[in-house]
Amino acid sequence: MSTESTVTTETTHPTEMTSSERLSVVASRELAGRRTVFAGIGLPTLAASLAHLTVAPRLEIVYESGVCGAHPSHLPETIADAVLITGAEAVLSMPALFGYVLQGGHIDVGFLGAAQIDKWGNLNTSVIGDWDAPKVRLPGSGGAVEVMANSREVFVVMRRHDPRSFTEKLDFCTTPGPDRALEEGVRPLGTGVTRVITELGILAREGVGEELKLVAVHPGVTVDQVRENTGWDLAVADTVETVQPPSAEELRLLREDVDPDRVYLR
Amino acid sequence: MDKTMTMREAISSFVHDGDTVALEGFTHLIPTAAGHEIIRQGRRDLTVVRMTADIVVDQMLAAGCVSRLVSSFVGNSSAGSLGELRRRVEKADPEPLVFEEYSHYGMICRYLAGAQRLPFYPLRSYGGSDLPAVNEGLRKVTSPYPGPDDEPEQVYVVPPVNPDVTIIHAQRADRSGNTQIWGLTGVQAEAVYAADKAVVVVEEIVEDEVVRSDPNRTVIPAHAVDAVVACPRGAHPSFAQGYYDRDNAFYRAWSGISKDPDRLQAWLKEWVYDTADHAEYVSKLGEEFWDSLAVGEALSLPVNYGRRL
Repeated sequence: MSTESTVTTETTHPTEMTSSERLSVVASRELAGRRTVFAGIGLPTLAASLAHLTVAPRLEIVYESGVCGAHPSHLPETIADAVLITGAEAVLSMPALFGYVLQGGHIDVGFLGAAQIDKWGNLNTSVIGDWDAPKVRLPGSGGAVEVMANSREVFVVMRRHDPRSFTEKLDFCTTPGPDRALEEGVRPLGTGVTRVITELGILAREGVGEELKLVAVHPGVTVDQVRENTGWDLAVADTVETVQPPSAEELRLLREDVDPDRVYLR
Repeated sequence: MDKTMTMREAISSFVHDGDTVALEGFTHLIPTAAGHEIIRQGRRDLTVVRMTADIVVDQMLAAGCVSRLVSSFVGNSSAGSLGELRRRVEKADPEPLVFEEYSHYGMICRYLAGAQRLPFYPLRSYGGSDLPAVNEGLRKVTSPYPGPDDEPEQVYVVPPVNPDVTIIHAQRADRSGNTQIWGLTGVQAEAVYAADKAVVVVEEIVEDEVVRSDPNRTVIPAHAVDAVVACPRGAHPSFAQGYYDRDNAFYRAWSGISKDPDRLQAWLKEWVYDTADHAEYVSKLGEEFWDSLAVGEALSLPVNYGRRL
């Protein structure tokens, strides 16, 4: 078990890193041993690129735009950045990408974000308020419904961890996990959300029928603090680990090799 | 057959009030110039079908062209919000917008069904989602075949979409409409085949020999195309692989411009209504600006198609 006491002098003090850096590093470690990741732009790209340099050298990043095996000269600004295409191993059409690659079951890990998540890992990216007359209209699914239904597992990165985002009842379920799908007799391929990485810690869930459980907190964060910021009665693992802070080497790779121009890091 | 025409002719011939118009291009090759010409010609009551409804859709909404939107992503890429779309959906300001919400693969399957004239298309999405409750197009059927465990299998289906016209942007075509695209090819071929009429806007019209030197690069053959419009830089602020890069600064600026209705209308006046055509928009941006989006060369190696000796 890693605790704050294992922090050595070469580790940057937590206050010297941004929340994006911390989330990216923690998410990258979760990709150890994975082969294919379906990643959108932003934190997932940072995490996947860092994992490629550290824990998962054989990782293939598949982009929603259709690019497989990208070898970009610069960090992409969007999932369809021209630098992803030049020098890539393959570029697929949308029907091939979504139909054969995703629905065909070739993705180990899908990365998603959301405005709201519930204890089963169901996600809302459509509206805050009523769908018919929303307080805030959000972008909607994009490919999230398909990423959830067809990836072997899904990691969710949430920048905000508060009771409005981690909610007992979603305002709208855009992207259902397999538990909700099975309730109406539809069998998805994957296990749904298995990791939720937040500014407070990590929630995990092994598969169908299980709710998200707190398994780790960042140094200085208490279990009670996570409970207070979660909108449902949060299950807590018997042993809650302390997330090992990003090492000096992980931060160096992230800052100097993955995103030297600070396209996403802030 | 020579199908070349000006953008003005193409829009006035193929886009009519009340039509269903598909505009496709997944971040790459977005047919912005065609959207601007639709605005200039004052089309009304359009149903716009577009997977990623982004800046050009926000502009068409603000110009009052659109009464119904069919889409799976209504955001300004990763750069922020679409101000006009949010006002229309959240406050019916200045008027309501009918919105049919799908996911990306749901939209793709609608084009696939449309292109093949099928009654529906199945996909492993939507089980447990609230989307079917707000979108009657999403329906569940029992597969006529037993599932992997010999039990009946439930699956959602989407209806075909058959636009009156599909408009896409591409790198090049010959005069008869054989259209070549490289880089991200998105859902353009399916959207064209799903439609009654298709307009292809290109960076350049090339001689037949250029197309025929590399027939595998033809994503859409001439028989599916009704009009070919030469419109260099017509995909700005998106990009054309090998021609110009994406204008990321404009994407970031749009959230601010579109947040204020007066500022948005002033933008439309300056850049769309007060420009005669896309050539004027391009020259108004200036050569220095275009230099900032210039890309270097990264040529593919030719393949040998062989010839009978």
